[in-house]
Amino acid sequence: MVQLIVFLPLIAAIIAGLFGRWIGKTAAKLITTGSLFAGAAVSWPILLSFITGDYQGGFVEHVMPWINSGDLKVEWALRVDALTAVMLVVVTTVSSLVHLYSWGYMEEDPGQPRFFAYLSLFSFAMLMLVTADSLVQMFFGWEGVGLASYLLIGFWYHKPSANAAALKAFVVNRVGDFGFSLGIFGTFLVFGTVSIPEILDAAPGMSGSTIGFAGMRVDTMTLLCILLFIGAMGKSAQLGLHTWLPDAMEGPTPVSALIHAATMVTAGVFMVCRLSPMFETSEFALNVVTYVGAATAIFAATVGTAQNDIKRVVAYSTCSQLGYMFFAAGVGAYDAAMFHLFTHAFFKALLFLGSGSVIHAMHHEQDMRFYGGLRKQIPFTFWVMLIGTLAITGVGIAGVAGFAGFWSKDAILEAAYANGSTAGGIAFFLGALAALLTSFYSWRLLFLTFFGKPRWAGSEHIQHAVHGHHEMPDEEHGDSAHHAVAAPVGTAGYHPHESPWTMLLPIGLLAVGAVLAGQLFHGVFLESPAFWNGSIAFNEHLAEEMHHVPMWVKLTATFVMLVGLALAWNNYVRRPEAAGAFVRQFPGLHAFVLNKWYFDELYDLVFVRPAMWLGRFFWKRGDEQTVDRFGPHGAAYAVGVGNRVTAALQSGYLYSYAFVMLLGLIGAASWAIWWAR
Amino acid sequence: MISLNHYLTVAAILFVLGVLGIFINRRNVILMLMAIELILLAVNINLVAFSAYLGDVTGQIMAMFVLTVAAAEAAIGLAILVIFFRRRGSIAVDDANRMHD
Repeated sequence: MVQLIVFLPLIAAIIAGLFGRWIGKTAAKLITTGSLFAGAAVSWPILLSFITGDYQGGFVEHVMPWINSGDLKVEWALRVDALTAVMLVVVTTVSSLVHLYSWGYMEEDPGQPRFFAYLSLFSFAMLMLVTADSLVQMFFGWEGVGLASYLLIGFWYHKPSANAAALKAFVVNRVGDFGFSLGIFGTFLVFGTVSIPEILDAAPGMSGSTIGFAGMRVDTMTLLCILLFIGAMGKSAQLGLHTWLPDAMEGPTPVSALIHAATMVTAGVFMVCRLSPMFETSEFALNVVTYVGAATAIFAATVGTAQNDIKRVVAYSTCSQLGYMFFAAGVGAYDAAMFHLFTHAFFKALLFLGSGSVIHAMHHEQDMRFYGGLRKQIPFTFWVMLIGTLAITGVGIAGVAGFAGFWSKDAILEAAYANGSTAGGIAFFLGALAALLTSFYSWRLLFLTFFGKPRWAGSEHIQHAVHGHHEMPDEEHGDSAHHAVAAPVGTAGYHPHESPWTMLLPIGLLAVGAVLAGQLFHGVFLESPAFWNGSIAFNEHLAEEMHHVPMWVKLTATFVMLVGLALAWNNYVRRPEAAGAFVRQFPGLHAFVLNKWYFDELYDLVFVRPAMWLGRFFWKRGDEQTVDRFGPHGAAYAVGVGNRVTAALQSGYLYSYAFVMLLGLIGAASWAIWWAR
Repeated sequence: MISLNHYLTVAAILFVLGVLGIFINRRNVILMLMAIELILLAVNINLVAFSAYLGDVTGQIMAMFVLTVAAAEAAIGLAILVIFFRRRGSIAVDDANRMHD
């Protein structure tokens, strides 16, 4: 069963990738999409069996022995427990819907078999990651999703910006992966095994021991957890290693929805939850997780408020929500972290695919300043985006009903408060502030896109769409005057079109998930140790405490959501000029936030430029002027000189050869007479 | 009395003349062939002189062989020369440098 879920996408990827040219694009799309839908159809019953208690402790399916070298024994096995079941459902569901969505979104792209092969390859790697029974196998999946992410960000390889973004994602992830691999090496060194269950069993026993690292004595478990967490930070785009995620929006929108919102970026959260008994042994590491998560949540939320590209807003929103998951894990509420991961997958994939639908309708224009008034033109997209926004901002009535994000975000904030530690308190306040900003930028996105008057005329993409691609620029110029007379002001004569059903159906299904996921599953995820059954470190005390937080804590999330909504409504619907006035009043603050706190500039100065300088130095000085000069180039020059000398000897005249023969004879004779006696 | 040294001196002079004939001569291939004959002749004189000096007839037999070979060589050499002239229209030594190209 599990083998089917994991390996079907691999087989489909191989078929579509290697033979897509022969079987045609429709067959390639059918095979890949079908394999993921089959996986989803098998995954849901597994999760339901865990919920009803049929599977209890889960099971392990052995595939084959993988590495057997000295002390290192790695089994290739698929581990399924409640945690994995949740991830299986998330991955296969979102992936299959994204596959279907891509039928419509990528309709006109010539490289469709390649695209679908990459998507399926990604799904396979992600499934390997979540079913990992050993750290090495998790690392395999970890790198596999990194590779697929690289390939898909750079899918439109003719765009230099896409290639640069793909490289950036790869390089930044290497930093995190370096930490992760050090963590795995350290774990093997300390525990003598890479099998996750064995490590988790042995972890409490190692608490308090010390180990030498970089010339210092440090606490063993703290060191290992922080190294592993650095890996999680890279993959999940946490503050410091987050810079690749917004740039990754260069990839096609379905990719952003699948990889950079719902699944791959949550791998770090999954890893921390999977290794939660290990993290529980180190107070310090948990505090680091909490602070990094809270800082990311607030940082990304501030940046999200000022971005103009619709996908970048959603990307920073993802970054921010990942911060929530991490600080939830940091305060010990792994169940809340996983719950938020689960609900977030639905509403964030929904928001991304909805944005994709808007972009599709607006002829690849992504700048929200050129949207406006789209509510009537693409009503279905508007309604699902509204549901997504309601879900992410956490609309609901405490204890009664609510959208998906309401349940999980509330749970996280309550857990942070109930934890009682300093880190938890700070995380609670930063999280509440981030929730306000989340509400603000999410509603801002919605208002800018769907309300107000059309502002499409300013967009180059729309101009292109109206006047067609084939005309020469100067002809187009003469044409536009003619069109402008006929069309209503602001629309440039463009008529947005609703997306095809292959795109609307996945969005609709995700919208159902965004409405119901929290309502249906919060009891199972948050209050049932029997469901988790040891697959995460379930803190029953904390779960109990969460019920007894003061009323104002429970209402905080709802309150800040309303404040954010009011702010956004005031600035973008009631008085659209208010936002501009605010920017004029605080230009420095706006520039700081718009430029993402200057992280890219800082990294450029600190890392990129010195690295480029060093590379140039080694290239010019080291390679060309030292190695080449005395190595290959020097040898070639010596050969050339020798060549000219010997060529001069070959005169072609008989007598010169005879003369050389004579000299040789004399030499040989002299040798025979004087020296060889 | 003519001693062995005199014979050897004459042979050496002839040999050097032959060698110089090959190297210094830039005009004519026939001269070159003649120079080779001269070298062989010098060798013959040496052989005969040593044969008489040592009282051993082997050297003189060897000289006869050398003469035979020289005759054959001259015949072949001249034949090649004729062909060479037909093809190139010249027997100047300086023209015969196609190996250089």
